[in-house]
Amino acid sequence: MTDQSQIQLPEDKPLEIAGRVYKSRLLVGTGKYRDMMETGHAIEASGAEIVTVAVRRTNLGQNPDEPNLLDVISPDSFTILPNTAGCYNARDAVRTCKLARELLNGHNLVKLEVLGEEKTLYPNMTETLVAAEELIRDGFQVMVYCSDDPLLCKRLEEMGCIAIMPLGAPIGSGLGIQNRYNIRLIVENASVPVLVDAGVGTASDATIAMELGCDGVLMNTAIAQAQDPIRMARAMKLAIESGREAYLSGRMPKKAYASASSPIDGIFF
Amino acid sequence: MNVFINGEPRDIPDKSSLQTLIESLGLTGKRLAVEVNEDIVPRSQHSEFRLSENDRVEIVHAIGGG
Repeated sequence: MTDQSQIQLPEDKPLEIAGRVYKSRLLVGTGKYRDMMETGHAIEASGAEIVTVAVRRTNLGQNPDEPNLLDVISPDSFTILPNTAGCYNARDAVRTCKLARELLNGHNLVKLEVLGEEKTLYPNMTETLVAAEELIRDGFQVMVYCSDDPLLCKRLEEMGCIAIMPLGAPIGSGLGIQNRYNIRLIVENASVPVLVDAGVGTASDATIAMELGCDGVLMNTAIAQAQDPIRMARAMKLAIESGREAYLSGRMPKKAYASASSPIDGIFF
Repeated sequence: MNVFINGEPRDIPDKSSLQTLIESLGLTGKRLAVEVNEDIVPRSQHSEFRLSENDRVEIVHAIGGG
């Protein structure tokens, strides 16, 4: 057998976001875990280097010794990506980003998400555009959760968003990539990283996103709500790597009918 | 005087500084961000920033989220 370590594959261009290079193309959230220990272990197993957090009111006077998420997921070890989850208009989203920047000592990378309605948590694109413009003007580096409309995605890029993050399916639904054609079109048109954000349910969904040429995938629920989140985190790491390798390999063309893998020549009957 | 901290009314001494308030809440040294009347007050200004009657103070931190 050939020693695999001797096979030299051309190096992949690493994921670059806001001038920083990342080995992992998996970005993970920190919500919905049983406790902070499980959060920490799952993130470690995922190999993710960019980790999202939410910004919320501090509980006053209840338990001052309560562990802080940023002590478990230290900004020294991870790129912290604060989100604007829960915001339904541009104003609240901008306000949240400013608080996040203060919280993280001037770190200006944010995940902008402006939601449209509770049932689908579908992005409100009109408000997203307004917020993105204001945030970019204020010096933020905006990674934007958005609909999978190729024209709106291009518009966000032209405005100066540093990563475009269309949903694969509604947040927390685990339905997988619903419109592969659109994701493919968005990837083709983009000159900034495109990451599927939301909708992944299991490893194959993440692989599909990567096979479509996405630069990465951001997920939370698929890992946190698995029966064994730590194992699923590892599965997702492998799925992302696998999908990326398959994309770089260039898949075989699809055919309508069979094509024998063993030669016809030399058949002895 | 009365101020609102994370939406809750609270009686604090007149002209308290933000830093005094944060200390009284046991939050000194925690990773948090503060805004007063929807404007960020940078950490470097907490000691000199004086609160006024009915100021709306928001104290936030990072929690788990996607």
